[in-house]
Amino acid sequence: MELLRLENIYFSIDSAEILRGIDLSISPSEVHALLGTNGTGKSTLAYLIMGCRNYKPTAGRIIFEGRDITDLPIHERARLGITLAWQEPARFEGITVKEYIRIAGKDSEPSEYLRMVGLHPELYLERMVDRSLSGGERKRIELASVLAMRPKLAILDEPDSGIDMLSTDDIIDVLRAFKTQGSSVLLITHREEIALCADRASQLCRGRIFITGTPEVVTEAYKSRACLVCDGITCEENLP
Amino acid sequence: MKDRFLEAVKITGAERAIFENPEIAHLMAVSNRILSARTVDGLEFRADETEDGISAVVVLKRGVKLPHPVHICFGVLQRRGLQNIKMDVTLEPDSKASFIAHCVFPEAEKVRHIMDARITVMDGADMHYREVHFHGFKGGAYVNPRALVQIMPAGSYITEFTLTHGRVGELEIDYDVESDREAMVEMIVRVFGHGMDRIKVKERVCLKGAGARSLIKTRIALEDNAHAEVTGITEGHAPGARGHVDCMEIVKDRAEASAVPIVNVTHPEAKVTHEAAIGSVDRQQMETLMARGLTPEEAVEVIVEGILR
Ligand SMILES: Nc1ncnc2c1ncn2[C@@H]1O[C@H](COP(=O)(O)OP(=O)(O)OP(=O)(O)O)[C@@H](O)[C@H]1O
Ligand SMILES: [Mg+2]
Repeated sequence: MELLRLENIYFSIDSAEILRGIDLSISPSEVHALLGTNGTGKSTLAYLIMGCRNYKPTAGRIIFEGRDITDLPIHERARLGITLAWQEPARFEGITVKEYIRIAGKDSEPSEYLRMVGLHPELYLERMVDRSLSGGERKRIELASVLAMRPKLAILDEPDSGIDMLSTDDIIDVLRAFKTQGSSVLLITHREEIALCADRASQLCRGRIFITGTPEVVTEAYKSRACLVCDGITCEENLP
Repeated sequence: MKDRFLEAVKITGAERAIFENPEIAHLMAVSNRILSARTVDGLEFRADETEDGISAVVVLKRGVKLPHPVHICFGVLQRRGLQNIKMDVTLEPDSKASFIAHCVFPEAEKVRHIMDARITVMDGADMHYREVHFHGFKGGAYVNPRALVQIMPAGSYITEFTLTHGRVGELEIDYDVESDREAMVEMIVRVFGHGMDRIKVKERVCLKGAGARSLIKTRIALEDNAHAEVTGITEGHAPGARGHVDCMEIVKDRAEASAVPIVNVTHPEAKVTHEAAIGSVDRQQMETLMARGLTPEEAVEVIVEGILR
């Protein structure tokens, strides 16, 4: 059985239609890459799956492990095993990295998760998750926290942005760690070499899934920019 | 009485052993009675009982650096009472000490505590003053800490005021600091208001000397019908003077908060900045914690606890 199924999801803000009939499914332990140019609706889709406030589909259903979760609040979705790492993670005053990771995984060993994301525990455990962390450090700590939760589905919104090119391997290691612990990942990314580590991939174009397939086929389609010329309705015709 | 008081100040983190240790200076006074006092080498300490409180003169001698903090405990144990404190503290040049004041009014129904402090931090001296309050659960305390602080060249003064457990009652903080050349000031206030608590914080820093620096940081959380008004005044009158005001107030329920940052710069090479964030808990912070499985109530608690830490 699939873990997550999105059925014909529509979403508008004011009068602007941002998602226009999304169908997508993710299997247990699958890493599914989601590609798409800026502003196509990737983060919006992530907020919808997580159930953020003001992000309720205008039509369509979100099915998780066979259950309709379209109306559940965030924390109930989280308790079913869904979590999200924001594209720009929030900063928290007065909360140490160690405490922050323990919020996600009560009995977790924070050091272990810091090592998985390429950070030295001695240097970070007692640091605050506040503005004193660099952008890349904060993003890595977010990944550690999501790993510590051992979710069934982790939605990672551009975990690679702001992380130096040399550390692509670190991200790939993190994806492996998710797989090893049996978590599925919806991986939003712009980087081909990272998308290629996924099991499957989809490309989003102007609020629609343009193509779903192997990462090789989808990254080719993405690079060929086939979709940039489409009107979002006749996408399929522009397939390479 | 001493036992009862020792029990009461525990909530502010003061353990009994502190007052038994001959290497740690302390002063302990309930209402207008001095229960115990101890001084250490290099620290002159004179305390007198007055009609309605205590008057104390503290001098840390030139170059003396105290290895342990000086503990000062004030309080009123009855439901009603008045405690008027006058304190005159001087840190002579190049001395260094930290002070921890524990102020407890555990049964307060109608208790007034007024603290009038004059603090002089002389050249190159370094003072850290931490004040932890507990006003009980009935909301019947009126507490008015006032301080006039003068920091001489290259002196450093950090003050922290914390009242995050139990009710506040009525709190009116009024600090006024003047700082000279290359002096450093940091004033931090953390308060959690509930019920009908009324909180007024007024902090003024006047950067008179070249290269003087200051930070006024205020963290207030309010729930129920609590009310807070924060005024942070920074004046920059000299080249290279740098001041920053950072005020955050989180409100829940019917609570109300306001912040008035006042900036007055009279020298073109001085610079003062301010930021104020007043409102409910940040949405992305909430949703992040909820995405880890916390209920909305648990998430608010974690965020508020963090900012008041
Ligand atoms: N509150 C809003 N009001 C109006 N438009 C919005 C709002 N939020 C998002 N949008 C629009 O919705 C579209 C999708 O935004 P979204 O953040 O999902 O894009 P994205 O694919 O994640 O882009 P990026 O790669 O830049 O992160 C964009 O055109 C954006 O401008
Ligand atoms: Mg995005």
